[in-house]
Amino acid sequence: MHELSIAISLIDLAMEAVQDAGLEGPVQVVRVRVGALSGVVAEALDFAWETAAEGTICEGARLEIEQVPGRVRCEACKSETQLDDPPTFACGNCGRPTAEIIAGKEMDLMALELEDRAETYGTQE
Amino acid sequence: MKPRILEVRTKILKKNDEIARALRDRFADLGVYVINVVSSPGAGKTELLTRVMKVLSERGLTVAAVVGDLATENDAERLAESGCKAKQILTGTMCHLEADMVEQAIEEFDLESVDLLFIENVGNLVCPQGFDLGEDLRMLLFPSTEGEDKPLKYPTLINTCDLVALSKMDLAGPVEFDTQTARANCESARPGVPIVETSARTGEGIQKLADLLAAQIENKNSKRAQYL
Repeated sequence: MHELSIAISLIDLAMEAVQDAGLEGPVQVVRVRVGALSGVVAEALDFAWETAAEGTICEGARLEIEQVPGRVRCEACKSETQLDDPPTFACGNCGRPTAEIIAGKEMDLMALELEDRAETYGTQE
Repeated sequence: MKPRILEVRTKILKKNDEIARALRDRFADLGVYVINVVSSPGAGKTELLTRVMKVLSERGLTVAAVVGDLATENDAERLAESGCKAKQILTGTMCHLEADMVEQAIEEFDLESVDLLFIENVGNLVCPQGFDLGEDLRMLLFPSTEGEDKPLKYPTLINTCDLVALSKMDLAGPVEFDTQTARANCESARPGVPIVETSARTGEGIQKLADLLAAQIENKNSKRAQYL
């Protein structure tokens, strides 16, 4: 269950981002992108999220997880194909083993949605 | 009311990555080669490492190790039987090591005199994957007793490994371990990965593994010498 560590990192990042932008919470939506080869299970992250968010500016925020499939590029036939889940690291076109991964390792915080309190924050740019 | 959207676009493990990068730079400056050892629990990491560390230090290398476990100092004590320095990291409930734990654990090592540092991760085939520890090489132990299809069950971690040591090969016969299929399964999870067959009990493959690691260290040092 390393997803709890990941959820805690997410909240730290969210707090930092909100602060840097000169805003305040609460955060309503947290959008993340998680690759199929990242070792993160979306359900486990979702489960850990609620616990980790308690008492923070992310408490009650919805976690939106965009899952990115794994993709490989084949040196031999030059094609790019999507990996199955669970993956076998072979070209989907010619079947040769492929070591070059071009997508699927993502584990990114993409964006946060906050309630717009323009009256509190002043004019929006 | 329309929500306000804050674009962030940053890696979730940014903090760990930053610490790992700093560690990697420091290791490079001081000429320390670092190996992150991963496997399931009970794969024989400590036993194999103790053997390999002894062989490498007999060849004149200064070797040290840190080892992560949820509880007990047993593994550090066993690793120290090799004659090398070993430090236990207690992770409490954590299922993997993170870069800051390594950073803290090596504080008392005189890194300048260390040639090779093993980081024995917590036994786990899922969680250690995304956590960079500043290592040069990630080694997987895969014991014969776990059955040849293990790499097919945990392909994503194995895909991040640079070297596979098949361990407990002295038990391959009794458990009817199909070595050829096991090798093919490792290949399918990580095409082209070097595979060494070892047994800490009989000593099979220990010299070969030591040769392989020594060559990697040599390679890094000669690159470093060019750079300096």
